[in-house]
Amino acid sequence: MSLAAPALELDDLHVAYTVRGVDRAVLRGVTLAIAAGESYGLVGESGCGKSTAAFALMRYLPRNGKITGGSIRIAGEELMGLSADGVRRLRATQVSMVYQDPGAALNPSMRVGDQVAEVFAVAGTSGGDARERSREMLARVQISDPDRVLRRYPHQLSGGMQQRVVIAMALASDPTLLILDEPTTGLDATVEAEVLDLVANLRAELGTSVLFISHNLAVIRKMCERVGVLYAGRLVEEGPAEAVFGDPRHPYTVGLLRCIPRGGLRKDEHRLDTIPGFLPQLGEVPGGCVFADRCGLVREVCREHEPPLYPVGPGRTSRCHFHAEAQSLPRTAAPQADAAFREPDGVPVVRAENVAKTFRHEGHDVRAVDALSVAVRAGETLGLVGESGSGKTTFARVLLGLTPPDDGSVIELDGRLLADRITKRDPEEVRALQIVFQNPDSALNRRFTVRRIIGRALTKLLGTRGAERDTRVRALADAVRLDAALLHSRPGQLSGGLKQRVAIARAFAGEPRLVVCDEPTSALDVSVQAAILNLLADLQRDRGVTYLFISHDLGVVRYLSDRIAVLYLGRLLELGPAEAVFEPPHHPYTEALLSAVPTLEGEERPRIRLAGEIPGHSEPPSGCVFHPRCPRKLGEVCELEEPPLAEVTPGRFLRCHIPLEDLRRLQAQLPQGKTTS
Amino acid sequence: MIIFAAAQILPGDVGRAILGPFADQRAVDQLNEELGTNRSVVVQYADWIGGILRGDLGDSYAFRRPVEDLVWPALQNSAKLALLAFVIVVPVAILGGVVAALGEGRFRDRVISIGGLSATAIPEFVWAVFLIIVFALWLDVLPVSAQAPDGAGVLTQARYLLLPALALVFVLFGYIARMARAGTIEALDADYARTAYLKGLPRRTVLRRHVLRNSLLPTIAVVATQVGYLFGGLVVIELIFNYHGIGELLYRAVQRQDFPLIQSTVLLIGIVYLLATLAADILYSLLNPRIRLAHEE
Amino acid sequence: MSTPEERAVLVERGGLGAPEEERRAIRVARRERFALLLRSKTFLAGITIFGVWAFCAVFGELVAPYDPLGGDLAAEIGNRLQAPSLSHPFGTDELGRDVLSRVIGGARDILTIAPLAALLGTALGTVLGLVAGYFRGAADDLIMRPVDAFLAIPPVILGLVVLTALGASQWWLIVVIGVLFAPIIGRTVRAAVLAERELEYVQAARLRNERAPYIMFAEILPNVYAPILVEFTVRLGYAVFTAATLSFLGFGVQPPSPDWGLQIKDTYISINAGYWWPTLFPALAIASLVISVNLITDGLSRVLGR
Repeated sequence: MSLAAPALELDDLHVAYTVRGVDRAVLRGVTLAIAAGESYGLVGESGCGKSTAAFALMRYLPRNGKITGGSIRIAGEELMGLSADGVRRLRATQVSMVYQDPGAALNPSMRVGDQVAEVFAVAGTSGGDARERSREMLARVQISDPDRVLRRYPHQLSGGMQQRVVIAMALASDPTLLILDEPTTGLDATVEAEVLDLVANLRAELGTSVLFISHNLAVIRKMCERVGVLYAGRLVEEGPAEAVFGDPRHPYTVGLLRCIPRGGLRKDEHRLDTIPGFLPQLGEVPGGCVFADRCGLVREVCREHEPPLYPVGPGRTSRCHFHAEAQSLPRTAAPQADAAFREPDGVPVVRAENVAKTFRHEGHDVRAVDALSVAVRAGETLGLVGESGSGKTTFARVLLGLTPPDDGSVIELDGRLLADRITKRDPEEVRALQIVFQNPDSALNRRFTVRRIIGRALTKLLGTRGAERDTRVRALADAVRLDAALLHSRPGQLSGGLKQRVAIARAFAGEPRLVVCDEPTSALDVSVQAAILNLLADLQRDRGVTYLFISHDLGVVRYLSDRIAVLYLGRLLELGPAEAVFEPPHHPYTEALLSAVPTLEGEERPRIRLAGEIPGHSEPPSGCVFHPRCPRKLGEVCELEEPPLAEVTPGRFLRCHIPLEDLRRLQAQLPQGKTTS
Repeated sequence: MIIFAAAQILPGDVGRAILGPFADQRAVDQLNEELGTNRSVVVQYADWIGGILRGDLGDSYAFRRPVEDLVWPALQNSAKLALLAFVIVVPVAILGGVVAALGEGRFRDRVISIGGLSATAIPEFVWAVFLIIVFALWLDVLPVSAQAPDGAGVLTQARYLLLPALALVFVLFGYIARMARAGTIEALDADYARTAYLKGLPRRTVLRRHVLRNSLLPTIAVVATQVGYLFGGLVVIELIFNYHGIGELLYRAVQRQDFPLIQSTVLLIGIVYLLATLAADILYSLLNPRIRLAHEE
Repeated sequence: MSTPEERAVLVERGGLGAPEEERRAIRVARRERFALLLRSKTFLAGITIFGVWAFCAVFGELVAPYDPLGGDLAAEIGNRLQAPSLSHPFGTDELGRDVLSRVIGGARDILTIAPLAALLGTALGTVLGLVAGYFRGAADDLIMRPVDAFLAIPPVILGLVVLTALGASQWWLIVVIGVLFAPIIGRTVRAAVLAERELEYVQAARLRNERAPYIMFAEILPNVYAPILVEFTVRLGYAVFTAATLSFLGFGVQPPSPDWGLQIKDTYISINAGYWWPTLFPALAIASLVISVNLITDGLSRVLGR
């Protein structure tokens, strides 16, 4: 094989799934090439065919899937018509794949070492040699103690460690092409950042070509030189990452980028754009442009003739007849919010003082929430940020009365003490606190109609019945922009976004004072997320409701929140006005968290690397809970003494031994030896 | 009451075994987690069983002999029959289940699944009737009675036991095959099987090292718990084949309202079941690193 | 089967503002499921066989060529143990009764006992499972410990012992089998409920301060109906199995009923003498009935997606 051969060439690739005897096209004529050593990103929302593309070129489609046309060449070798042995040899030597959920990707009953060594065994190395090379490979993915890890079983490793092992296995065969399919989805932000850095470094070192698949545009922007935007099985735009994200030439790309809350967009200044309508049904082949039904620029010709891939610049193509006008795509929302938000008046609706929750787990006491005191003011959104294990969801459950807190915890509603358990709260108090859950699939009873779901909440919380109830159900549906016709349907018949609207309507049925939003958009695509965020903002503006908004997505939190609380291991580390928290000086943990998140603008903050993993709850670190990972640790004082939560400027609280002025100075300059990329 | 007490300390059972192949994995995992495997139970068992063994089981009313003299030979006979049935059914059923899983949804899967299900659902005595009519009456190749003449060699005994063992085999086959099938399908669909394929491993290696290793784990546990259900079948089989085992003894005891004998036999059957479940638990946790190493690190 | 997403898109595209169309989509989905069931040959075979036996159970007297109980025994004494022939297709038994008529007549007992026992067991088990799974903790222990105890003893043996104490009769047989099966069904239901109660809609109900019975029976129960239905048919099969076995052992239906298990009990001794027909035909009847129930179970569980 010559060095000049592209790592991957897809030529007019068609893939279909057979559903009930009918072939439904999933990929239709995808053509792309990845040069040797290049990193190529494939983006698109769920259902666009990204993963299908990946599995098609591993020749590993589900039984009802088949490649119906086109060609796939890896390192110049044609895959179509390759024998089973040929496919096997190809997988063993030329192409590897890493996908989401590393815990499931590793065999639970085999030691890590044996699983890595298998890759060498396939290539003909075995025994001690394979073992030695496995060790080298683990060292290469920066596992500090390879010998120990090799002897472990997968369940004994953390998520980030498991993904390193999977990446080590994928790179062990020194493949020409590495496919990464959502490799960091589901990992915590700081862990994700580590894995992404690792992939970038290894790529530079080994010269492997990469096909990076993700729904996260910012991750693709950070990791890839070129990108392709996939919509309904069609490649609609392609080009250098910087150009495509900076100057998109297809209305879909334009719309997608506008959906994302970024660059400090805030609810009171800016409504998010959405992409109206729905993805075409699987296998449906529109006569004209695939995006015509949802496009604000659609004209007659779009419905009649499918646009070809127009060249729109150096190395750039767009499948739009009007690519030059793409950016003039009309906004779906007024850029300026029309009515003002009520100014939060500073009176707390809910006040938590000294709230703690200890779980018994395998004989250990686990402090999920530790002495947390915070007040949520009427009409504001308090954002709750933190990685897994930070205690944000437990705290919310304690407020709601679903999980009784430890003795000594105080929760007040409008200055009156609230009972521990919901069953002991009076109807007024029950109404006052409601929640919107993360996963609308499990949050709605799938046997009930939408009418019954909303209606039952009305009856139970307000005591409305009969015709009045019916009127109110309609009014609520209207308030969440849910077509009244859908009241007859059951959740299974609705899309994720519509289901989440039903859940929001239910949460608002009892005219709540405070609504907990627990990652309400993280199960949704960005275009749907935008619509839900708009809706939540509208409801707040119209009704003056208070939100406790939990999310791991800092852009989303920043968009919606007035104040932000940063939690780590059940401890409140920082609390302050949203904008202030995003600007230095901040707590070293906040700093690290912010630096871990890639941005669409491509501007790189200096990366703060955190040492080690989030420690287990059973043995919380002494002193400051963050000290074992803190890059700015002062010394012994951090290990011995827990810093108090001090008000550093009015309304701004930090739990850190470093004086504010020192933090300001440290964070203004690039920390030496701690930057990457 | 003793039986109740015995069951009070029934060991943490393996979820799949309890819930059967119809239950979904989420539920099974949850159950397993709840039940856990408490090793200290082993010690309790040893004490408790030791006490029973040392104690006097009493005299049989009907036979006017110490219960022990009746129970032990009967148990030995039953063990022979059960052993033969297991030796036949376990490999055949596991093979059948795996073959069915590998061809999921295809003809051979349907044949094995439906055949196995039907075989399991037909009562032992009905199987016995069919077997006797075909093999003993029409073909005249095997004896009707399971009781071999005194002093017969192992092979002769096995020949006499073949028909009753077969009746048990039919009933057990479907259940074990179903478990093996469900476990294998689950493992085939798992991400780690995909990882193995994408490493470029040959299909045979993927199946042997990645799929079967994980799928047969719950099956092994089920096999052991089937020992208990086997005894229900033994009553009928031993009666119809006129074989002096524990089941037949229980039947005669029940007919004669011989309470000490009833109590002892039922107790014994309970103990055997508990021991089998315990053995399954230990085997399962030995084979499953997730449980074996749960407390390491 | 279309995925939920697919259907959602279908409804949303065609249905927004068109409730008629949308309701039709629901009906189509339901009808499709039914059609799928009817397209399964094995399910149809099961339903057909079961239907034949159900017909015999209801209209036995009209179908049977002779009196299954023998009627005037004296007149037929010369008919004893006749091999199958044109006038007696299944032959006659040692009392000269027509085996075919007895096989037809035997359907009634088993088809009364088994469904009632399975129904009783499912009802009890569902309540047990819901309560244990929903409350967990102490209630769970209280219910599941005795259940564990039950499961340690094979049902046939427990049935044998209990029926000895209670006295053998058809009605006790139903009660005993039902009660014996309840814990097993309870386990299945409990497992389903445990998974279900973790879903957020249950927490949403708790956040409205709904009472536990409402959450259990109105919210959770409709969502676990599929495993319960499948479990019911599975238990129906086992109820036939257990009832027949207990009758065979003499602790179920009592003579002179033409119950199949009882017939086999009374006749199997004479197989050795070459008289196979009085035993074989009721045995085949039992086998065909349990197989039919299992084919139905198989079809249902495949369509209900388990």
